[in-house]
Amino acid sequence: MKNQSVKNNIDWISVIIYCVLVILGWLNIYSSSLSSTEGTYEKQFIFICCTIPLIFVVLFVDGKFYEKYASIIFGVSLLSLAGLFLFGKTIAGQRCWYAIGSFTLQPSEFAKAATALALAKYLSDTQINLKEINRQIQALAIILLPVILILPQPDPGSALIYSIFIIVLYREGLPSWYVWTGFITILLFVLTLILEPYVVILLALAVLIIIYFKGRVVDRNILLSTILLSIISAFVFSVNYVFEHVFKQHHRDRFNILLGKSVDMKGIGYNTNQSEIAIGSGGWLGKGFLEGTQTKGGFVPEQHTDYIFTTVGEEWGFAGSFIVIALFAGLLLRIIYLAERQKTKFSRVYGYCVAGILFIHFFVNIAMVIGIFPTIGVPLPFFSYGGSGLWGFTILLFIFLKMDANKVNEW
Amino acid sequence: MRKVLLPTLIIIAASLLVIRIFYLQVIDDSFKLKSENNAIKIKYDYPERGYIYDRYGKLLVANQSSYDIMVIPRDIKDNLNITEFCELLNITKEDYEKRIAKAKVYSPRLPSVFLSQLNKNEFAAFQEKIRKYEGFYFQKRSLRDYEVDYGANIFGFITQVNEKQIAKNPYYNSGDLIGKQGVEESYEEILRGIKGVKYIQKDKYNREIGSYKNGKYDTIAVQGEDINLTIDAELQKYGEELMINKRGGIVALEPSSGEILALVTAPSYDPGILVGRQRSKNYTLLYHDSIAKPLYDRGLLAEYPPGSPFKILTGLVALQEGVIDENTSVTCHHGFSYARGRFMRCHCSGGQLQLHRGIYQSCNSYFATAYMKTINKYTKPAAAVDVWSNHLKSFGLGQFMGYDLPTGKRGKIPTSKTYKRMYPNGGWRSTAIVSNAIGQGEVVMTPIQLANMMATIANQGYYYTPHIIKKIEGKKIDSKFTTKHTTTIDKKYFSPIISGLFDVYNMGTASRLKVEGIDICGKTGTAENFAKIDGKRIQLKDHSIFVAFAPKDNPKIAIAIMIENGGFGATVAGPIASLMIEKYLKRKISRTDLEVRVLNKSLQSEYAKLGGLSEVIKKELKIKDSIANAAKLELKRKDSIAKSKRIIVKTKADSIKPN
Repeated sequence: MKNQSVKNNIDWISVIIYCVLVILGWLNIYSSSLSSTEGTYEKQFIFICCTIPLIFVVLFVDGKFYEKYASIIFGVSLLSLAGLFLFGKTIAGQRCWYAIGSFTLQPSEFAKAATALALAKYLSDTQINLKEINRQIQALAIILLPVILILPQPDPGSALIYSIFIIVLYREGLPSWYVWTGFITILLFVLTLILEPYVVILLALAVLIIIYFKGRVVDRNILLSTILLSIISAFVFSVNYVFEHVFKQHHRDRFNILLGKSVDMKGIGYNTNQSEIAIGSGGWLGKGFLEGTQTKGGFVPEQHTDYIFTTVGEEWGFAGSFIVIALFAGLLLRIIYLAERQKTKFSRVYGYCVAGILFIHFFVNIAMVIGIFPTIGVPLPFFSYGGSGLWGFTILLFIFLKMDANKVNEW
Repeated sequence: MRKVLLPTLIIIAASLLVIRIFYLQVIDDSFKLKSENNAIKIKYDYPERGYIYDRYGKLLVANQSSYDIMVIPRDIKDNLNITEFCELLNITKEDYEKRIAKAKVYSPRLPSVFLSQLNKNEFAAFQEKIRKYEGFYFQKRSLRDYEVDYGANIFGFITQVNEKQIAKNPYYNSGDLIGKQGVEESYEEILRGIKGVKYIQKDKYNREIGSYKNGKYDTIAVQGEDINLTIDAELQKYGEELMINKRGGIVALEPSSGEILALVTAPSYDPGILVGRQRSKNYTLLYHDSIAKPLYDRGLLAEYPPGSPFKILTGLVALQEGVIDENTSVTCHHGFSYARGRFMRCHCSGGQLQLHRGIYQSCNSYFATAYMKTINKYTKPAAAVDVWSNHLKSFGLGQFMGYDLPTGKRGKIPTSKTYKRMYPNGGWRSTAIVSNAIGQGEVVMTPIQLANMMATIANQGYYYTPHIIKKIEGKKIDSKFTTKHTTTIDKKYFSPIISGLFDVYNMGTASRLKVEGIDICGKTGTAENFAKIDGKRIQLKDHSIFVAFAPKDNPKIAIAIMIENGGFGATVAGPIASLMIEKYLKRKISRTDLEVRVLNKSLQSEYAKLGGLSEVIKKELKIKDSIANAAKLELKRKDSIAKSKRIIVKTKADSIKPN
């Protein structure tokens, strides 16, 4: 009977978009790996095949299982991350894999789903009010635990993903000034890199003065404004200091290239330049499947993993790129729509986490590939080559689809 | 509000991505080009250039293989025996280091040219051992192989295309070769063929990984076509020999077809020196010789007042206009007083004379009178000049002739507009322009125009546009070369003129230049010229001019000769005309006395006045041993350039000098 109910109640729209993305991903991996890396597309094919039993397992586990064992799953996940320090295999300078023979597994790909479960579980308690500072600290701790374990691997890309949970917390009642602070921090950071520090401070002063006189008289608080300005100044100068003195040259270069400050197409700018060339040469309809000259020539580094979107851009053109972006956006909005109609807080929060995680991957990856975000190692969900990634995202998504399918039984 | 944030972010982010991708893919198309440069290598397959033959099928220009030694610096082995390697290639060790360093600067892993254009002999020894030298390989190229050491001005030469040509013609890419000057330029598209293109897919290491789209866009090279020139190689060679130690031009035409039989300019050079390793050095040498100007085709470009030969046209126009006839008499007082205090001297025997004697004695008075009558026939001199001018233009004068060589000059035939400019207030009459009558004044012609004039007279009233192309493999030559141009002068007026020209050889200025068994009709001419040396205007020896055609009946050759500073027309130019005509018609020379005299005649002392050291000029004339002489010449060339700055050569013909 359960089988019957899952089949009838699962959200087929999401499943179909998922399948289309995975197949498109494989086609592009096939194209990009034809010339260079041997066996890549065959392996990815096996990975894709493995997702089928994985999906069945995820769907046939009892609906309450995830909520019940969320803490344990989270604990196991943290252990697996910590274990990397002892048993991890170092590939390309990153110690974030377990190796079993020639087979490697990246626990950080699964930790996202685990963290989402843990956060959902924590917030599902009706007693939780995120207006309280203690609750905020506890929620942040859940998010920061895996980050602390992932950062030193080092894997800044995976760590960056966790910032999206702020949006989830906001949805569940986190005061809005967190989001505003985050937004203003990012804005100030970027402005400081583009402009001179004192120019940014003058700008901030101007904005504060405008707010001060435009606002209600009762809100006028000289002290608060002064403190705010001091904080901003300190932040701006520290960003400047960190950028110039703490960042390594290659970090600086990544930002500088993005901001158009330095152009070095042979060195650090090579990746971005090559990926822009590949995508840019696609035109309206692309060069056709298996016809991408950049793809065939292997000009784009890491093309089958983080830069897989360049193949889409080159071979399928603007039409193909648009379709892929539309599919992603469609899936994300669908998940949010489903999350909002959940009957339990647990599954709603989890759904939100799924949408958030997929969104930040999708945006950061494509933005990096098309040169509007610094180079950072974030895979494109369902597209990029790699078993751990594909399975991690599949589990993440299908746990939610299972919850969604199960909601009828929760009366 | 809280529910909206994430969906809003998703929509904004997706739109941002789409906009940026739209910009990259659709708006900014620079990436497309970059991608092609990046990933697709275009390989050209250059076809061999067509051969060039003379009118009788003698091979003049063929091709030879040449070899470029290429190097990939990274692949050179450390144990390379540099000493042995350098010996084989006949270069010094320093040279080797320098070339390798240069190649490394370009790229350590891409091939660059190490040594270019070795000929077969230079390459042979190296070829046997090339396998020993890793990192080096050779690339075969096809270069011009000149079978003859003359005709440089006719052939032109092959050079690399320049930026301007690349911009103008998309066929050419940087480094391609193109014909310049001569038939190599005018028949470039026929001779070169069409290069084949192969698109090759590269990878990021610049390795070739196969053909692009299975060769869908590849094309096969089309061989260049062979051409036959109208040139008579033997005559051309003879003409160049006769011109040794002289400066000037010879143009010989076949009247019945307009075919150019010979086109000589002196000084010239061996076309072979502009091929191979010494090419650029030699070209620089030729190019910078601003005094002897070996790259300047005097047969096509030297514009001079034609002098006496022009009287033929004055006579023809006067006959056509009906202002004189064969029996019109003019009395010559050893000169012609055409206005108060204005006197045109004349060297004829004087007395009463008619057209016939007027021509063979080249009487200034006779033709001045005929010209004034032509102009005075009309009430307005301006209208008269235009009538006269139009007659002359029907001979192809005062305009580009439309022949198939890339350089040319219009010459000048004055019209009423010319005089309106010269005399803005009007008031000029026939007396003001009477110098035109005897080919001076405002009249200017090039040797090929003179030759064409003679061809027209030989044909009694028509000509074909002179051309140098005889045959293109399987193709007809341009129909403009087979179109008859008829002059405005009736045929009947030519015979008295021709009989006068015939007697130039019997009783006139060329009586000592007769050739046994050939009836030649000709006319001497002289153009005065001046040079400004160290600021002083000095009259140099006259340019010697001679025009002729032969035989008198059924003419086979029309010829014009101009010798710079050759003096009186009959002393240098005349004998050359006789010899050329005999050579062409008889294939051997009976007047060996004349031949010896011409061959030994040197005008170098005359040219030395212009600043060129005679010793230098001698060498410049035929830079055959150019490799040995290059260094010496270089020094002296600087010398002569320094001098030439003080000298402005000027040809003037404002004073009047009859023959």
